[in-house]
Amino acid sequence: MSSAATQGPGYVAAPALNDVLPPVRQRGKVMTFAHRHPTIVLGGSLLSIMILIAIFAPYLGTVDPTALAPAKRIREPSAQYWFGTDMLGRDVYSRVIYGSRISLEVGFAVALLSSAIGTFIGLVSGFFRWLDTIIMRIMDGLMSIPSILLAIALMALTRASVQNVIIAITVSEFPRVSRLIRGVVLSLREQPFVEAAVASGTRLPKIIWKHILPNTLAPLMVNATFICASAMITEAALSFIGAGTPPIIPSWGNIMAEGRALWQVKPYIVFFPAIFLCITVLSVNLLGDGLRDALDPRLAKRL
Amino acid sequence: MLAYATRRILATIPVMLIVALFVFSLLYLAPGDPAAIIAGDQATPADVERIRASLGLDRPFLVRFGEWLWQIMHGDLGTSIFTNLPVSHMIAQRIEPTLSLMVLTIVFSIIVAIPLGVLAAWKHGSWIDRGVMVMAVFGFSVPVFVLGYLLAYIFALRLDWLPVQGFHSISDGFWPFLRSLILPTVALGLIYVALLARITRATMLEVLSQDYVRTAKAKGVGQRAVLFVHALKNAAVPIVTIIGIGVALLIGGAVVTESVFAIPGLGRLTVDAILRRDYPVIQGVVLLFSFTYVLVNLLVDLLYTLFDPRIRY
Repeated sequence: MSSAATQGPGYVAAPALNDVLPPVRQRGKVMTFAHRHPTIVLGGSLLSIMILIAIFAPYLGTVDPTALAPAKRIREPSAQYWFGTDMLGRDVYSRVIYGSRISLEVGFAVALLSSAIGTFIGLVSGFFRWLDTIIMRIMDGLMSIPSILLAIALMALTRASVQNVIIAITVSEFPRVSRLIRGVVLSLREQPFVEAAVASGTRLPKIIWKHILPNTLAPLMVNATFICASAMITEAALSFIGAGTPPIIPSWGNIMAEGRALWQVKPYIVFFPAIFLCITVLSVNLLGDGLRDALDPRLAKRL
Repeated sequence: MLAYATRRILATIPVMLIVALFVFSLLYLAPGDPAAIIAGDQATPADVERIRASLGLDRPFLVRFGEWLWQIMHGDLGTSIFTNLPVSHMIAQRIEPTLSLMVLTIVFSIIVAIPLGVLAAWKHGSWIDRGVMVMAVFGFSVPVFVLGYLLAYIFALRLDWLPVQGFHSISDGFWPFLRSLILPTVALGLIYVALLARITRATMLEVLSQDYVRTAKAKGVGQRAVLFVHALKNAAVPIVTIIGIGVALLIGGAVVTESVFAIPGLGRLTVDAILRRDYPVIQGVVLLFSFTYVLVNLLVDLLYTLFDPRIRY
């Protein structure tokens, strides 16, 4: 650019921007992300810690969480028993650490299953109008039964097992997902890019796979985190009232249910699993809030 | 208005029918023989036969559903397998604590949450706003039974201000009745407060940016009148919707809360019924709660037209 033509009389070269502006401090990509989405980072780290605890439970100074030691019943928390022992002499610390496995397993499984089933039903409902009315009436009916109550009714029918708890909670969660996906599909169908695909003769499976599904991903992910959080609470509540995970398995709800009889004298048996449950659910909720703000700013403004 | 109301009322009938069909067929969706499931593990073959006969399992499914539905419409919810009492009778005995707890929680939550939400929207971005949002996240993360134990530990065991457990009927006097319900109400109310405060804040933020709010301020309407008359009135529809939808959370929460505070209500009835596999009782309670929920939301939809006369579906 420094040809003679531009350097006529009266021409003053502008100082380079670098000389005028203060130097820009380059932040690493990680730091930028953390600065922009603090809740994702906080929730994600807390959740990662819980996942690591669940995976490495046997190596965290735990003993067999089901080992009975009647001679060492109801010991207060101490150096040997960090969280004390329960009325059967079992180590509460080991039980709480192993309990994280059940909560995370149920939370993730329900989130995945209900997202998958809900997406399928939502797609069918959004694309096949003659089925839509029937499907949505059935979903309305299912959604009219308060979710814990629905799960209770299902659990009362079957043998108590982790698998059945997952199924029962999924049944109460997936109708909402199908509603959500149906709504997204209905609005996407009107979009020019989908109409163009239809007009150019693209087959339905390809339209769904290439144009519809990628656009459902953001709301689906956000919704899945909230389902995960609510499934963890429901599992604990079901176990707590005796309609959930079999009592032999140490889940946080079960530990609290067992500590109930003694809680006025030995409150720690109830409080330790409660704290872990709250932190885990909080981490998932924070992650969900952060994802919602990051992925769907319009929704974030509305809530 | 009348046409809208009629259509809306008629629209709830299929939903209620589907709920009824689902609750009825639960017993048959489960793998295995329903009679054997109800009878439990320690039943003799004679017990199973007796239950099979009482359920009328030898007749076609739809015929049985029709008969059951007919009975329900006449207020007959069947007979408990465990106590042999009519289910409607058992529910009537247990309804007072649950109803009191739920009504009190709704009133408490509205009184606390709506001013909080309005305040947060008014002081948008301030520490009050941030505090309300943080409280909302915690409200969704602390399960009702955890909060229940925490409150009972602090206010009943440590400070000894309130009873730890139990319930006093309103016929024992209003003060003992209220005292026995304060902790359960606050425990059950937190999630509802979180939900309501968040939606109130969001809707108010939207409304406060409207032109008529600016006009009201410009013509010298007082701050309080702008917030509570001009703005809140126009924010009412989403808030009332969430109050209706939140009743589902409340019903689920009440079942658990009653276990924590040993309140002899419908929640305890449900939990006892699960442990005894008393299926007619579970069906009755699920049906009652679901119908209540549907009717509350019907009422909410009808209220819309009062808050917003523009709504004409």
